Amino acid sequence: MLLIHNGRVVDPARNFDGPADILLEGDTISRLGPTLDAPGAERFDASGLIVAPGFIDLHCHLREPGNEPAETIESGTRAAARGGFTAVCCMPNTNPVNDNASVTRFILDRAAATACVRVWPIGAASKGSQGEGLAEIAGMKEAGIVAVTDDGKPVATAKLLRHVMEYARSLDLPVIEHSEDASLFSGAVMREGPTSVRLGLRGMPAATEAICVARDVQICALTGARLHVAHMSAKDSLDLVRDAKRRGLPVTCEVTPHHFTLTDEDVTYDSRYKMNPPLASRADRDALLAGLTDGTVDAIATDHAPHTQATKEVEFDRAPFGVTGFETALSLALEALLHSGRAPLARVVELFASGPARVLGRKRVIAPGEPADLTLFSTDHGWTFRAADSTSKSRNTPFDGRSFRGGPMATVVAGRIAWRRE
Amino acid sequence: MTFTFRHLLGTESLSRDEISFLLEQSRAFQGIQKQPLKKLATLRGKSVVLAFFETSTRTRISFGTAAARLGADTMNLQAESSSTQKGESLADTVRTLEAMKPDAIVIRHAASGAPHFIAERLAIPVINAGDGLHEHPTQGLLDALTISDRLGRLDGLDFTIVGDIRHSRVARSNIHVLSKFGCRITLCGPAMWLPQEMACMVPNIRIEPRLEEAVRGANVVMVLRVQTERLKEPALPADEYIRLYQMTPARLALARPDAILMHPGPMIRGLEIDPAVADSPQSAVLEQVTNGVAVRMAILYLLAGGAPGTVPAGSAAD
Repeated sequence: MLLIHNGRVVDPARNFDGPADILLEGDTISRLGPTLDAPGAERFDASGLIVAPGFIDLHCHLREPGNEPAETIESGTRAAARGGFTAVCCMPNTNPVNDNASVTRFILDRAAATACVRVWPIGAASKGSQGEGLAEIAGMKEAGIVAVTDDGKPVATAKLLRHVMEYARSLDLPVIEHSEDASLFSGAVMREGPTSVRLGLRGMPAATEAICVARDVQICALTGARLHVAHMSAKDSLDLVRDAKRRGLPVTCEVTPHHFTLTDEDVTYDSRYKMNPPLASRADRDALLAGLTDGTVDAIATDHAPHTQATKEVEFDRAPFGVTGFETALSLALEALLHSGRAPLARVVELFASGPARVLGRKRVIAPGEPADLTLFSTDHGWTFRAADSTSKSRNTPFDGRSFRGGPMATVVAGRIAWRRE
Repeated sequence: MTFTFRHLLGTESLSRDEISFLLEQSRAFQGIQKQPLKKLATLRGKSVVLAFFETSTRTRISFGTAAARLGADTMNLQAESSSTQKGESLADTVRTLEAMKPDAIVIRHAASGAPHFIAERLAIPVINAGDGLHEHPTQGLLDALTISDRLGRLDGLDFTIVGDIRHSRVARSNIHVLSKFGCRITLCGPAMWLPQEMACMVPNIRIEPRLEEAVRGANVVMVLRVQTERLKEPALPADEYIRLYQMTPARLALARPDAILMHPGPMIRGLEIDPAVADSPQSAVLEQVTNGVAVRMAILYLLAGGAPGTVPAGSAAD
């Protein structure tokens, strides 16, 4: 038994915000009330802290199997716990690709043996994510995947995407799209704009994303399947999602902390600023912040993409795309949304908990009988992120040395404290 | 004026005074090019690495000549024979070269920012000899020296660049140098090779798609090479380019009577330039080449030589 007392419970799914104690028994929430007494229970004093439903990261790369020098399920989930995440959805672009039930089972077995937060695998949409035949989606669903995607690129053709979405609909799985029309450019390493021209780096225009989102929304309308657009980075594509939602289509989307914090003007020849989609223009970044505030965006997802120093610290053109993100996500959201006055605290919690849960067709609520997954955080605790202290195996973050106001303080998974700030 | 930086990575970050100083230093080396005996002992005992990760003939020979005339030894690395072909990283390759204790490294690389990348990792001065689509600072300086020799000034000139500007590091370095002297810069070329964003790189810059209008009244016309080998975009038919953008005597006649014609080379006669223009008295192409050696001597002298006013090479580490 674990009693979390003296905290301020913020539970957007129930519209609740106030002091409450929570008693966890086994792996479920057993009681919730103003002042609970539970003799013999381990006690966690949450004075001054926010107690929120457990955070879910819809988008991360744990690199196992196949690229264990960059990350493992163990190291990645330890970093996720330090970021307040109680469940993480890992993308299928491992080696081998998670495109069949045996890879899914391998990931879940490794998670059972080594992970400190829940791991919810996402399966490939096409075999090997090669954009030709369908992957073994039903088999993977039986093994435990929560969505399908060819992340790293969109499902290759409109025809294949239609097949994937029809099939995914019959299996009640969302299809996650990395929306990018790569035929619009070649060799691009950042967003096209004044900075790319000045630096002499090849750019991709924002339309790259919007062209593909337009296609994806049309096929969503055609098939009725749930479409989730990953890591949005442009105003035009966000407008397409907003319009699709207005028409009642089952479309959701996510935004990453680096996209709502940084812009292409921050890019230097330092490859820690290289990710795909690339950092957006200031106007696009502002549109993302507006979408996070007005409800168009359903979730904040990290796109945690670890890379070893040897592969990442090279010429900008040659470096792989991607930055790590678990440990800084919440603090960046508090900075951009709460402390800036753009959004109330309940909205921030929604973007990390009930929002991503809804994308997966689940709920995230603090109530008796629910899984005992909670995220405890502070909105005021001052701290500085040091990449060297990360439990991730990789260090490729643009936020090394950044100081924050507020951040994760403890992560409770299945009734046990997976991590707490020392 | 003192010269206080350790590397030459680009012209964007140079001030007008710093550029004037570098041109002044270069003039001191111009005379040597005309003497029968051209070798100095200024850098005797010093060595310079010429690390060319991208094929180059002209720039490599120019830097090699500059080093030789200063008495420095050169160590050559060419991409074809380098260990990068064997999978070694750029950082490891240049650290290995540095361990042989050279006094400076000159780098040409296909990736924009590669010189900045190695400058952060090495204690010796890094000289950018062209990085990707970004900058070619010694070219920008030698062009400024050539213009100032011919026209007697740099201030307030009308400077027109014609060609594939999107992919030109020469254009970028020239734009940064000349804008600091209040020049009015006009860019002209096929629209897909001329991003609109270039019009906000510096003050007093404009895009003019019609060649005749771009050239009219110019003091300096710079024609760029059509760099087909570096293009990944669909190619423009050569006949189209010739029809709209080839520099012909009739087009050049629209510029001021004393206007000069420049080209960073290698030039393709009959494509971007009419042979009659290339060989006209207005052409400063060969002076550009001669001045290239003088400018590179000045840069090597200042950066590799530990001359007064510079930070001694290697002082930051060891």
